[in-house]
Amino acid sequence: MIDNNNKPVNRRGFLGSCSRFIAAGLGAISVFKFGGSLWGQENGQYNPAEHNYAMGIDVHKCIGCGRCADACKRENDVTREPYYFRTWVERYVIPSEGETVVDSPNGGIDGFPETVDKNDVLRTFFVPKLCNHCSNPPCVQVCPVGATFASRDGVVLVDEKYCVGCRYCIQACPYGARYFHPESKTADKCTFCYHRITKGLPPACVEVCPTHARVFGEIGQLSSPLRRFVRFNDLTVLKPWLNTKPKVYYAGADGEVR
Amino acid sequence: MENLVTTMAGNFGGITGYIYPNEYELHWQLLIVIYPYLTGLVAGAFILASLERLFRVNELQPVYRLSLLTALSFMIVAPLPLLAHLGHPERSFEMFLTPHVQSAMAMFGFVYGWYLMVVLLLEIWLDYRRDIVLFGREKKGISKYFYKFLSLGFSDISDKSLLFDDKLGRFITIIGIPSAFLLHGYVGFIFGSVKANPWWGSVLMPIVFLFSAIVSGIALMILVYMVSSLFRWKQMKMACLNKLAEFLIYAMIVDFSLELLDFIHRLYQSEESISILSDMISSRLFVSLIVTQILLGTILPLVSLISARFGKFPDELKRMLYFIAAILVQVGIFSTRWNVVIGGQLFSKSLRGLTFYKIELFGLEGLLITIALLILPLVILYVLVKVLPPWSDVVADQTQSQTQPN
Repeated sequence: MIDNNNKPVNRRGFLGSCSRFIAAGLGAISVFKFGGSLWGQENGQYNPAEHNYAMGIDVHKCIGCGRCADACKRENDVTREPYYFRTWVERYVIPSEGETVVDSPNGGIDGFPETVDKNDVLRTFFVPKLCNHCSNPPCVQVCPVGATFASRDGVVLVDEKYCVGCRYCIQACPYGARYFHPESKTADKCTFCYHRITKGLPPACVEVCPTHARVFGEIGQLSSPLRRFVRFNDLTVLKPWLNTKPKVYYAGADGEVR
Repeated sequence: MENLVTTMAGNFGGITGYIYPNEYELHWQLLIVIYPYLTGLVAGAFILASLERLFRVNELQPVYRLSLLTALSFMIVAPLPLLAHLGHPERSFEMFLTPHVQSAMAMFGFVYGWYLMVVLLLEIWLDYRRDIVLFGREKKGISKYFYKFLSLGFSDISDKSLLFDDKLGRFITIIGIPSAFLLHGYVGFIFGSVKANPWWGSVLMPIVFLFSAIVSGIALMILVYMVSSLFRWKQMKMACLNKLAEFLIYAMIVDFSLELLDFIHRLYQSEESISILSDMISSRLFVSLIVTQILLGTILPLVSLISARFGKFPDELKRMLYFIAAILVQVGIFSTRWNVVIGGQLFSKSLRGLTFYKIELFGLEGLLITIALLILPLVILYVLVKVLPPWSDVVADQTQSQTQPN
């Protein structure tokens, strides 16, 4: 083979050119195919139909620092009083003998005081709780005006401009994940930080977790960290017998957790 | 709100075990207790009236119209506690404009509208049309025009026309009975369909609600009939009272059996919630469930009604026993509503703890508003009775000269 400069092309050069060509082609295709959605996201053209969000919680990794509950309140302007939480951390103490003791003082934001004699403790662990963004959400079913709805990207949301404040959804939620906002007089709950995730950012609780006990992502997406979490852990969901089909998956959660 | 939170913050002793943090505040309070209580009275009073009309239980004739007016008075007030309880009452109309059809609550407006506009108002109007037309002819001044307006221009009171009214009224009564069942069975469904709550989630709930509604409605009519007769200085008809007591006894036996069945079923199934529910019954609900609902509100009045109805007592004593029993039944049914609504929120859905409820005195969900909403239907009933006298003697007296009485 002779090139324009009449220099002979050796095998190394030929393979190098080929690989550069293929790399450039693949690059162009990927920018064309996937870059569109990235740009679209930046230009405010987020397409919810392309996503299906969920969360994984690794109970073994949670240290009960409560930073997630605190970050959530700061990020979402949740009333600071200890009766309103979008997310909170529960401590389970299983004694050598007797009933399991559960507590969540101020949602775990201020830490957990010693309550049981260390020698009596058989096992103890922390469980972060939040809205389970169920695929079969009872809260959505009961809302009389449709103010609570499941978005196309799998997030259960409340339209605070439409909610009449009847609180039926709060009664229908088996997980105590909803509260009545004392100022807006509407039902409120975790949104997976919808304002963040639609910009490609993780929810505030996930971002601040120092031990990566919370994993956010999309099960359907191969590159998502949640995919790996789901693949390598034995998972459970809360109250599965109610057929709410939660999308918050727990790894290492004890049967005591409900 | 702040008071409530402060009270709670200083009253952690009232909470035992663990409850989810969002459960500190009870979301459905006194107003939601009186909502099923009021609709129950409506359905009960209406079903009683329908019994007389459809099955020609002639002994109940003195309370037929009174029952319809009572049902209407309570029906007008029934949605008010719901409205007052909403965080945004100004958006309540969205339930009619954009109802979410899967929601049990969204159907309230339609069930209510159907029952009030199609069944109750139409039946009352058809039943009173002859009287309204006659009043429109007799009265002077503004009330003349008022009754003329009420007649809606249908002033023909010939026998043929009245016969048509009667036939149509009977047809509406036939539709009305399932409608009344629907109204209160539906209220029971609102609670019974909540699978998250083991205290509410029961298939028997709508049926229990329905029968307790009939019980409360009949007991109310005993009270209204007795009190109105006392105020009018008229002799009460013992046959009517005895029949009312009889129906009340039957309804109470069915109602109590259903509740007992529900109770035994829960105990026998012994699901995971049984432990916390037993704790709740033996502590938080002991007075309102065991004492006021079962002992004072069911067993005692049942014994007193049965002995008065079937025992050989003088009429005076019978009347007194009926009266006391009817009041006790009201206390019992109110306790039933309390135990359902408040009881369903006193235990945590984590099934690990119990919370408490402290009634507020003032405020929209407070005791004063509740009392006002319970008195309001009686005020409306007083006005309705003045406008449309349900007593056959009054109408007959006034119209004797013009037409033959019924």
